[in-house]
Amino acid sequence: MIKTVSKNGKIMAKTGNEAIAEAMRQIEPDVVAAYPITPATEIVQIFSQFVSDGIVKSKYIAVESEHSALSATIAASAAGSRAMTGTSSQGLCYMSEMLYIASGLRLPIVMTDVNRAISAPINIHADHSDTMSVRDSGWIQIYSENSQDAYDNIIQAVKIAERAMLPVIVTMDGFIISHCMEVVEVYRDIDVKKFVGIYKPKRYLLDIKNPYTLGSIDLQDYYFEHRYQLAKAVVDSKKIILDVAEEFKELFGREYDLCEKYMIDDAEIAMIVLGSTAGTIKDEIKKIREEGIKIGLLKIRIYRPFPVEQVVENLKNIKVVAVMDRSDSCSGAFSPLYSDVVSSLYSHGIIDIKVVNYIYGLGGREINNLHIKNICDDLNKILLGIEKQPYEVKYVNIRKK
Amino acid sequence: MINKKIKINNERMFVDELITGDIVDAGTSIYFKTGSWRSEMPIFDKKKCVNCLICWISCPDSSIKISFDTKNITNVDGIDYDHCKGCGICASECPTKSITMIEEKK
Ligand code: SF4
Ligand code: SF4
Repeated sequence: MIKTVSKNGKIMAKTGNEAIAEAMRQIEPDVVAAYPITPATEIVQIFSQFVSDGIVKSKYIAVESEHSALSATIAASAAGSRAMTGTSSQGLCYMSEMLYIASGLRLPIVMTDVNRAISAPINIHADHSDTMSVRDSGWIQIYSENSQDAYDNIIQAVKIAERAMLPVIVTMDGFIISHCMEVVEVYRDIDVKKFVGIYKPKRYLLDIKNPYTLGSIDLQDYYFEHRYQLAKAVVDSKKIILDVAEEFKELFGREYDLCEKYMIDDAEIAMIVLGSTAGTIKDEIKKIREEGIKIGLLKIRIYRPFPVEQVVENLKNIKVVAVMDRSDSCSGAFSPLYSDVVSSLYSHGIIDIKVVNYIYGLGGREINNLHIKNICDDLNKILLGIEKQPYEVKYVNIRKK
Repeated sequence: MINKKIKINNERMFVDELITGDIVDAGTSIYFKTGSWRSEMPIFDKKKCVNCLICWISCPDSSIKISFDTKNITNVDGIDYDHCKGCGICASECPTKSITMIEEKK
């Protein structure tokens, strides 16, 4: 149950999509360009209603595809306006080419991606394949556990993007969050507006007194430096994200970090996860703890930039870890989150920890307390030396003989 | 102010001096001479030209040179061979055939 923490907050029943649309109404960006796709349709549907009812002054551009949605958003941002969009799954894939343009041009666009499986076969339910497929596009990626997270994250994303000069994707799991009615604390419009402030870009194309060139050819002489700038900006954005979280806490009372720790300080075994499944795991951990098993959770909130230092700090005393991926990289090796966790640990000399890769929930396949319990049992057996650490990826709740 | 920072003659800016993600100034293509890419060369005949400016508006490389006379009328003066890539669009578009393409001699 969410409680008000802000003095002037109001508890409301909202789905994840409604919460995002509400935040967008309060942020009131200059331009929104989007194309509908399940399960993200409602966000732009509700927002476009706000526009047509005159509730917001934002310019809404109804485009004919996601590629155009992001292209229009990029143009709007380059022109000097605060621009937002939203999509899911195939839509994000279709935006893919333009994602790299947005980050390469250092445009602070904010987008919501409602996580959904990628075709084929067609599936409209939650997994992280879409955002994972663009994890190296130079966008900051923020994962949300519930509607409150999604609402808070999108408000913070505006500030993070503009300070870091990087585009930001805020994600939430399709249907599980996007369509699930929850209580959300909604802040006052005036407070949200005060928090995000007025966007003052350092340079913008419509500033005709100071013309400059954007997006021109950049070969052997400067491309490498520009890409280095982008990579460095992503690393440096960790501090910006923490600063914004601090300011958010001051005004609204909710605390955010790059990761969220749950009963991990004294744990021997642990799980790492992104998104809504963190809630299920927390619930099960509470029960498992009663049996005296020292288990904890590290929820990754900010996946890009990857919180290397926090992962190392929180895992260095853990013996066995399950890294829970809700996407399969089909790489012949391991999945995205696992690869990032293991390389973080190894680069910091933490090598005597057993890390197991679990893939779960593809296409919305159920993941419930029992599955979590079984994983915990596996980890415990490895801890006690009853079983050996598996060297390959484990698939949770798959029908297999 | 930014313009002065452009270093020509292979002197390159360091990563920290570079403005993020974009080029320092507008109109920097002037420093990049593309004339050597030509395999054909436009030849302009001033006598035939009626200053309709169709070539000027059509040239993708802004390589048609113009000036204003005392009555403020725009005149076509010729071709900027430092930047003309020899695409032939001007020759093809000119209604009076004042521009003809010849083979580029190096
Ligand atoms: S040949 Fe092409 S580039 Fe050269 S002046 Fe004519 S139109 Fe311009
Ligand atoms: S198109 Fe031909 S006639 Fe017209 S301005 Fe150019 S050269 Fe002259």
